[in-house]
Amino acid sequence: MINFTFDGKTYQAEEGDTLAAALLRNGIGLVGRSFKYHRPRGIMTAGVEEPNALVTVGEGGRSEPNTRATDVFVYEGLVAKSQNRWPNLALDFGAVLGLAAPILSAGFYYKTFFGSAKRWMFYEYFIRKAAGLGDAPTQADPDRFSQRAAFCDVLVVGAGPAGLSAALEAAEAGKRVILVEQDAILGASLIRDPQTLNQAWIDATAARITALGARILMRTTASGYWEHDLVTLTQRNAEPGQVPPTGIAQRLWHVRAGQVILATGSIERPMTFANNDRPGVMLSQAVRTYVRRFGVAPGKRVVIATNNDDAYKTAHALREVGAEIVAILDARPEISDVARDAQLKFRVHTNSLPISTKGAKHCLRSVEVDIWTERVVYVADLLAVSGGFTPVIHLHMQAGGTLDWNEAAQAFVPAKSRQNVTTIGGATSPDPIFAVAPVSDPTKSFIDFQNDVTLADVDLAWAEGYRSVEHLKRYTTLGMATDQGKLSNMAALGRLAEKQGVAIPEAGLTTFRPPYTPVTMGLLAGAGAKDGGAHVRRLALYDLHAAKNPIWQPLGYWFRPRAYPIGGETLAQAALREANAVRSAVGMTDVSTLAKFEVSGPDAAAFLEIICATSVSKLAVGRGRYTFMLREDGMVFDDGTVWRLAENRYLLTSSTGGADRMATHISYVRQYLCPHLRVSAVNVQEHYAGIAIAGPTAKAVLASLIGEEPPRHMSTVAAKIAGVPVLVLAASYSGDRAFEVYVEATHATPVWAALEEAVTAKGGCLYGMEAMEFLRIEKGHLVVGGEIDGRMTPHDLALDKMLNKAGGHIGASGLSRPAFSEPGRPQLVGLEAIQGNIPEGSMLVTAEGESPQGHVSAAAFRIVESGSIALGQLTDGFARHGEELIVTSPTRNQQARVRVTAPHFYDTAGARYRD
Amino acid sequence: MSRYSAFGLLRGALNGQKHWQPAWRDPEPKASYDIIIIGGGGHGLATAYYLAKVHGLRNIAVLEKGWIGGGNTGRNTTIVRSNYRLKPLHNFFEFGLKMWEHLSDELNYNVMFSPRGAILLGHSDADMTKLAERGDALRCDGIDADLMSRDEVAKLEPLLDISRTARFPIEGGLIQRRGGTARHDAVAWGYARGADSFGVDIIQKCEVTGFIRDGNTVVGVETTRGRIGAGRVGICVAGNSGHVAGLAGLKLPIESQTLQAMVTEGVKPMINSVIMSQSLHCYISQSDKGGIVFGGDPDNWPSYAQRGHTMVMEGAVAQGLALIPALSRLRMVRTWSGVTDMSFDGAPIIGETPIKNLFLNGGWCYGGFKATPASGWTYAHTLATGSPHALNAPFALDRFAKGATIDETGSGPMPNSR
Amino acid sequence: MQFACPHCGPRAQGEFTYERTVDSVVPLDAVPEAAMATLFTRNNPRGDDEEIWRHTFGCRAWMVITRHRITNEITAVRAVGPDAMP
Repeated sequence: MINFTFDGKTYQAEEGDTLAAALLRNGIGLVGRSFKYHRPRGIMTAGVEEPNALVTVGEGGRSEPNTRATDVFVYEGLVAKSQNRWPNLALDFGAVLGLAAPILSAGFYYKTFFGSAKRWMFYEYFIRKAAGLGDAPTQADPDRFSQRAAFCDVLVVGAGPAGLSAALEAAEAGKRVILVEQDAILGASLIRDPQTLNQAWIDATAARITALGARILMRTTASGYWEHDLVTLTQRNAEPGQVPPTGIAQRLWHVRAGQVILATGSIERPMTFANNDRPGVMLSQAVRTYVRRFGVAPGKRVVIATNNDDAYKTAHALREVGAEIVAILDARPEISDVARDAQLKFRVHTNSLPISTKGAKHCLRSVEVDIWTERVVYVADLLAVSGGFTPVIHLHMQAGGTLDWNEAAQAFVPAKSRQNVTTIGGATSPDPIFAVAPVSDPTKSFIDFQNDVTLADVDLAWAEGYRSVEHLKRYTTLGMATDQGKLSNMAALGRLAEKQGVAIPEAGLTTFRPPYTPVTMGLLAGAGAKDGGAHVRRLALYDLHAAKNPIWQPLGYWFRPRAYPIGGETLAQAALREANAVRSAVGMTDVSTLAKFEVSGPDAAAFLEIICATSVSKLAVGRGRYTFMLREDGMVFDDGTVWRLAENRYLLTSSTGGADRMATHISYVRQYLCPHLRVSAVNVQEHYAGIAIAGPTAKAVLASLIGEEPPRHMSTVAAKIAGVPVLVLAASYSGDRAFEVYVEATHATPVWAALEEAVTAKGGCLYGMEAMEFLRIEKGHLVVGGEIDGRMTPHDLALDKMLNKAGGHIGASGLSRPAFSEPGRPQLVGLEAIQGNIPEGSMLVTAEGESPQGHVSAAAFRIVESGSIALGQLTDGFARHGEELIVTSPTRNQQARVRVTAPHFYDTAGARYRD
Repeated sequence: MSRYSAFGLLRGALNGQKHWQPAWRDPEPKASYDIIIIGGGGHGLATAYYLAKVHGLRNIAVLEKGWIGGGNTGRNTTIVRSNYRLKPLHNFFEFGLKMWEHLSDELNYNVMFSPRGAILLGHSDADMTKLAERGDALRCDGIDADLMSRDEVAKLEPLLDISRTARFPIEGGLIQRRGGTARHDAVAWGYARGADSFGVDIIQKCEVTGFIRDGNTVVGVETTRGRIGAGRVGICVAGNSGHVAGLAGLKLPIESQTLQAMVTEGVKPMINSVIMSQSLHCYISQSDKGGIVFGGDPDNWPSYAQRGHTMVMEGAVAQGLALIPALSRLRMVRTWSGVTDMSFDGAPIIGETPIKNLFLNGGWCYGGFKATPASGWTYAHTLATGSPHALNAPFALDRFAKGATIDETGSGPMPNSR
Repeated sequence: MQFACPHCGPRAQGEFTYERTVDSVVPLDAVPEAAMATLFTRNNPRGDDEEIWRHTFGCRAWMVITRHRITNEITAVRAVGPDAMP
């Protein structure tokens, strides 16, 4: 025996019981409450289509709300709680909503609660509290979910007789086969109805399939059918709420199949009559399943209502376990052969229907029926119903299939598909039925049980003009519960067709979308749940930085040192000290993340003149220059430097943030636009580590290490530091004399160490990105993502004088568009505080209350002198130098007065970065 | 039109709710109309409503190829806000947001606009500065925006992972308290009912298959229900703009993409506002039924399929769980997809076309739902007067050729790099 | 989806990135007005179109894939780049 609890009380289950079977075994009929009216509900099915018996299973971060009691197998210690009731399941105050049902008709909320949005929110507060079903966990999930990709020749979905046979046949033909079954045991309908194919056949077939090397996945649902025969499988390693033995609760499979065989069977339909939702009303095949599979009889005195032959098997099954069959109500006016045989043992009525049920203590007590024209009441504790069969066509439809209408079964069956998928078995040939339009009180005749949608709701939607099947669904919420209409869709379509006066196929069908059954979010996320799927790239010199315990700054997938505080320094204090070192002596920083491309070949210069908006070809060997790149529409999208290392070999650098898109851009131009050029453009971003060294004594420091005169500004030389070959570029981002040293990333450590030692000896220090910001803002250099925001033209950024006059570069065509030269454009300016400090990101206004004319793209403090300075974009800013403006940040309650200046605050003569 | 009210429902309780009339008629198309709107989504129906109500026109048809509200109106994540960085955008959307605040009363149809607050999360100091910039731009233009500290965010949404060790730690946020969600279908239905009450013909299952032209002037449309003459024709079919404009020989700065969304099984209230993150590309809210509504990045390639790719969805869920770990054991119950008109600067297109009497409203990217009232109002003005309203003037079709794009993200013409 | 990379054979779509359509490609020698018209308009058909994809997480090669925008049926894959030059 297995112990479990339901609403705090301990019960015993048998090995192999679903929670539903175990509850029935313990005589528990009332399991849940419906969504809208809080009507008492029991167990209606024995499968994944269960709309009523929803419980929360498990505890803490492992608890799973809305778990179908029919789809969880009891394990030792399982904890289940009923939902959507207060104070308890039997006495639920929410049930008063049922009394208001005549008011709360379909779409009632569209017709009331008027007034202001605030007023609606008042009502909404109560609606939200009443809605929902179970409680979500509030803790993080302690378990993991894994994902796996697989390939096979044949994927078989469903391990009933058809699926098992198909899997065996494919395996015998030497195919790679995967067979999946959502249940915990194989056999599907054979478990309920063992005949010639019995348990022995199931076991033997499964053994042969496995022996042939095929894979059988139990407790695995094919939940989504995607493009090109990709099927997602969700596999349970542990039951809901159970501690998984391996730590992995579920696994998501992406299976690319050569062929997919769907042997998914069908789902039995309920019947539509008044109070058909009462605990004790159960699908006929479900009753049989509980009797035959679990050895539990869900009732002692049973009425069976059917419109087909299948339900007679239920009568026999119940009789075998000693239940009393009060009557069999057969909707068909003429007696079938099966019914005639049954008459020998049972009271069978033709042309008879259930009209309503009555209950006591939330259990079924009696069934009111119409037999021909006579109204009769039967006392019964179980009503088994069979309204026909709905083939499980979900995957076929997700795959983009078409349907045929099977008139005898009143059911859609799979027809064609544009993917390589075939449906076999019961889903292709549902049993014939005799369809009867519902006749009893429509206001109590439920079709969507969970969402409490009745026939009257469908009728109202129709009367109000919501006549397309999609309008009907959306207006009434039909088919939108956790079972996604598995039980309700056909009943609704039947009513809709009746109203339209057409056959069901003409009434339309809603789209089938993944998933077939609800899928745990953690499973979809997999390992990505931890960090949102974002990876981190680690600097080559990471360990050296980490040893100094810097403040890190995220930048895309990189983390770079923002500052290296000493003692109790704040970020700003550290950054100012570091920047001061650069201005007064020397500092060094890691610039490894810059984008870097090595461009070589006879057409290298021609290629670069397409990529870069500045001229490149006139560059002498050993020289470099600033450059920028345009997007195809003419906007500036990146900048950097280009260096001619040899006759036909160049190094191009650009921003860290734009590195990936620049790599794609360069690849596009090379591979697609200019395949004819004799050029190689290789992304060497992570091949080289980069170290910048800047300050008045940078040259002396470098000279001592490379043993020769360092290159002059915008020149390059190959050298060695600490015995390691390096490339030295003389370029300044900071505004002081500066160099960038590039070294193969795997050999960067000794170079960094040698530089650090020399820098420290000269009274210098490391500096981080914050100091770099201070330095470049003071110098008026641009940054991608700041001043270069993708909306600025070369002219807006005062770069137009550097444009390659010859044109021919990407983006040149966009520059002649008229709006680029019209007044009113944002233009790059400097801002100098007259009063207060300038907040970064704040707005530029002429007077308080005016609409902004620009904004502050970057703000800093003068490094050596004091004062707040900034770069900004200002409408027609070039002509406004000297003008006084207000910068304002209402969200931060900050303001300053500023003067518009040129965007250069340091060494405007450009003397300090040259020798 | 029978008015909707609590009294009406009470009265219905006595008669089985039998007194309600169809919310809109099901008319046969007339031979011609003064104005034909192609597309019975929220925008098209709102346009018809304002053409009738504000401009006094009556001879109007809305032609819908399927069922009204069946396109992106019924396939979005229902978020309403106006907090865009750029002025033409926030001015336009703010005009709309003010209309949302009274829309239920205006239409006598509860569209359930619920201004529960829309938060953009910041995950670094740099993010917070960008959010401040956006907030400042909004506040200076009279639109509500407040920066929130990490603690304030945690107080409003206690289930967010605010640990410092998170890959994208939450540093704070920018909230638009007047933002929130609305009931998407109700917007289409409410506008349809309102427009119908003014005599607008809403014609469903009527697909436009061609334009009838007299030289460079459109004089009507060919449809699956016959030829219909028109004084002016307004295309309003976001998702299919390229296709419909193509029938008139126009090529647009639009690429269609699939955008997926999903919803979990209903649970009791756990998320109070609309949570958006730009580092973790997802947006999350909880519907009144209790489902957690979830959206992420679009499938980054052109498609009209209304079917998404599972990897994109899995990525969005991973990002959402990184924000709210407690979502892990909820179950995704339904996914759906819309076809979005991805314009080449991320902003909509509302205005004239090179063909006389043919107008275009489209290019809404993934932000059209919130625009519905403002889109209808300004498009109605444009169709009624033949020239744009001040609010939609910046969104002219010719802005691309002119170089006057409105590029909120600064990412340029390629929708897949946005 | 699954794409038949001309160099690697059939591979999952997740290995590829979509870059742009063939009809968006602006020739280097296009005059400004034509260049902007090409950049800023698309055929965007509800049917087959030629798309430029890259096997980013595989061989990194660029290719042109002819794909149906509703059914996702792929009717042609063509290698591009220096190696695919005639």
